[in-house]
Amino acid sequence: MLPTISPRRMAFNRFVSHKAAVVSVFILATLVLFVALSPFTARYGVNEAVQAPPNYFLSPRANAWLGTDDIGRDLYSRLIYGVRVSLIIGLFSAMISVAIGCLVGSVAGFRGGRFDDVVMRVTDLFLAFPFLVTLLVMRNMLGAITWLTPVIGELSSVRFIIVLFAIFGWMGVARIVRGQVLALKEREFIEAARAVGASRWYIVRRHLLPNSIGPIMVALTFSVVSAIIGESTLAFFGYGPQAGAGATSLGILVGQAKGAVNTGFWWLALFPCLTLVTIALTINFIGDALRDATDPRMQKDG
Amino acid sequence: MGKYLYEVLRFVLRRLAWAVPTLFLVTFLVYVALRIGTNPVESYKRINPRATPAKIQQYIEVNGLDPNYVRGYFRWLVNFVTLDWPRSIKGSREVWPQLKDALANTLRLGAAASTVGIFFGLMLGIYAALRPGGRRDVGVNTAAFVGISIPPYVSAILLQLVFAVYWSRWFGSTLFPTSGVYPPGHTGFNGWLMAKHMVLPVTVVAIQIIAVYARYMRSSLLDVLSSEYMRTARSKGISERRVLFKHGLRNALIPVVTIAALDVGSIVGGLIITENIFSYPGMGKYFLSSFGEGDFPLLMPWMVIIVASVLLFNLLADVSYAWLDPRIRLE
Amino acid sequence: MTTPVLQIRDLKVTFSTPLGPLVAVRGIDLDVHPGEMTAVVGESGSGKSVSFLAAMGLLPRTATVEGSVMLDGHQLVGASPKLLRSIRGRLLSMIFQDPLSALNPVHRIGAQISEMLRAHSSMSERAARIRAVELLEIVGIPQPGDRALQYPHEFSGGMRQRVVIAMAIANSPKVLIADEPTTALDVTVQAQILEVIQRVQAQFGTAVVLITHDLGVVARVCERVNVMYAGRVVERADIGTIFDEPTHPYTRGLLASLPQAGVERLVPIAGFPPNMLNPPTGCAFRTRCEHAAEACGQRLPELEPLGNSMTACIRAKELVGR
Repeated sequence: MLPTISPRRMAFNRFVSHKAAVVSVFILATLVLFVALSPFTARYGVNEAVQAPPNYFLSPRANAWLGTDDIGRDLYSRLIYGVRVSLIIGLFSAMISVAIGCLVGSVAGFRGGRFDDVVMRVTDLFLAFPFLVTLLVMRNMLGAITWLTPVIGELSSVRFIIVLFAIFGWMGVARIVRGQVLALKEREFIEAARAVGASRWYIVRRHLLPNSIGPIMVALTFSVVSAIIGESTLAFFGYGPQAGAGATSLGILVGQAKGAVNTGFWWLALFPCLTLVTIALTINFIGDALRDATDPRMQKDG
Repeated sequence: MGKYLYEVLRFVLRRLAWAVPTLFLVTFLVYVALRIGTNPVESYKRINPRATPAKIQQYIEVNGLDPNYVRGYFRWLVNFVTLDWPRSIKGSREVWPQLKDALANTLRLGAAASTVGIFFGLMLGIYAALRPGGRRDVGVNTAAFVGISIPPYVSAILLQLVFAVYWSRWFGSTLFPTSGVYPPGHTGFNGWLMAKHMVLPVTVVAIQIIAVYARYMRSSLLDVLSSEYMRTARSKGISERRVLFKHGLRNALIPVVTIAALDVGSIVGGLIITENIFSYPGMGKYFLSSFGEGDFPLLMPWMVIIVASVLLFNLLADVSYAWLDPRIRLE
Repeated sequence: MTTPVLQIRDLKVTFSTPLGPLVAVRGIDLDVHPGEMTAVVGESGSGKSVSFLAAMGLLPRTATVEGSVMLDGHQLVGASPKLLRSIRGRLLSMIFQDPLSALNPVHRIGAQISEMLRAHSSMSERAARIRAVELLEIVGIPQPGDRALQYPHEFSGGMRQRVVIAMAIANSPKVLIADEPTTALDVTVQAQILEVIQRVQAQFGTAVVLITHDLGVVARVCERVNVMYAGRVVERADIGTIFDEPTHPYTRGLLASLPQAGVERLVPIAGFPPNMLNPPTGCAFRTRCEHAAEACGQRLPELEPLGNSMTACIRAKELVGR
């Protein structure tokens, strides 16, 4: 007989066999460590100039490893602060959207009928529009509704951005969870639980959600990426969080790169872009490995 | 054949019967969202500070900006359908000529990028799927992941940096222009110049499309290759090429073509980022500038075109799906 | 005795897996005579399908095939892809278990059959279409002319299996391998399909290899039976001998688990087939065999004559009559 392996162990083994994902975990962990330890790793304050003028557009050198920007601030330190803001936006909005998505998706899948129809229609509609258009229109609309401001924050605050992406993110998650629920609903152990008179909520809590944990984790990772990239996109076009009190974000830094291109200050373009791509790529790889690990059917054959 | 055509026609008509109310509903929602979000009346006053109250009243009239949203929407709708389109807030220009040019430019960019992107994407996907788990499969898969993870503005910036800025420093002249359709001041049609201007934007968009379609094609073909009828086909003693093309690809392309039809529908509004970076005068640039100004008369027709094209290509996707897969009935 | 049309000698099939080499077929000998219907019986995983997929050259790249498979004077093991291609569908064809998935969903039935015809002859498109309709008629499909223009999803399971048979016999092959042809079908349809196979066998003079796990199916149609267990042939005999005087304990176990009139209790074989990544030494069946002795673990038993059968059990002689 084959040695017996627990499903969790098997999933772990499959995850580890995805080499790119393992490398990604290390890179991402290092990045997060740098950000978490910003008091020690950052060399200058957010708005601190590296030296007395002339200090603008310095190319990479000993006292500014990645060069300086148009007013002499250290790009390396600002990247650390920027990534911090972006990660916070990504994580929080992803968690909110996964929470809403799980709730709506499982209710829609389980109850079916009218509620299900309406939810799916609405999400269809939202997803059919170009992403940026919906984002911008929603942003302006939410910002214009004054009584919402105390809850979701000012148009240019980080909180507002988090809420904005949460409003978008839940739809994708809801679809995944709904699909899971519909598939699981037909399975025998759910039938059995129903037959012995378990309540709906009990079945959702004890059977459906634990069995959907894999896809939900995957959805979570992809929501983090899309929120981080989304923030950058908004900031790139000047609709992102504003640099209140000198704070920055990855999107703001990438946005500055736009101006740097034609003047040839390559470091201002290259490093923020590389950081953004690295974050997106590593999280995507991790999500892919999680999907392989938790869904044996998706295994690559051969 | 006649019977089949009739069936398709019936299906299309029935779907159109749904699409039209959907179009009304969605444009109404867009109307409300834009009125809340961009505040068209304020925008008008901001851009035309010396407008007389009579002018403002006229502007409100022709755009259907009644305080009551439903009444206002119908007012707008009547003007829109009767082609009595209001002029833009800024510069009081006609909307259709601008929109038409923007649409043509975007379609040209989108068609070029989709053709290049889908072609190479499918090729790479097939190439990877034929040796699952092998080195070239891992290579294509990893490259596709990198492609998906690079936002268009990042690749645009890096391409501009290399091909325009540094190229001219190293070799004296830029290889590819980085903005517009023609150099400033150019008039008339010049295909060669136009193509040169499109190289970088097309590359940026195509990178994404290649990555996405390589993955679609790979997983779709892997699915098909492991199916029983492929073994049957092989057991017939026909050539491996015929097995692959006639039996494998024919089936693997069904989902890919369906997705492609949907994607082409969204491309009309989906090039916003790329167009903006390359100052390419298409639908995306049109949207961003008119949205920035809160130019309601420019925005509404744009939205209608976007919604209509999404609905239209949804329908097309369904029809092509049924056409390619005999198991699907048009109902 | 006629010379066998298909002669398998010491066939070994090994799959390389992440967990190490898996020996699915461990040296089998098998003869198929012209016009005869031969059964290969065994549990799933006993290597019965793999042996014949190996003969067809249809195994995935991870498989290594050793030994010899002679078909009508052609050596198939290690043959060039070109030779294999010219043999597949012409001299040797195969019917698969699941008719639902064996046909390509996007091509018309008639086209799928005529593709088989045109692969091995210079028949015109038109002639092939006409022949395809004739073949559909032979396998008992009503209104074959109309049906040839339909798609697989428009056929029932039994009808689809008939189509698969029509395709397999299109070029009057010397040997037809039927891999569990009735397993996926309703019981009532099973008998009809077996009948169709028998009929085409008689009409075309094709030798048929019936791969199945169901001795009941074998009893109805086959002349000779090969029982396989864990990648080996453990017993070979005429159908009558197998049923009346089985010699191998595994064969007896199979028979005891078969529903029969007058027998009230079915006795399943206890235990599970061995893990082929790490098969037991000696007789692979000894872990489940109630007669296993210490000697059974010493060496791999070979097929030896005993009465009217060939059997691979060192204790078979002592057990006769028990």
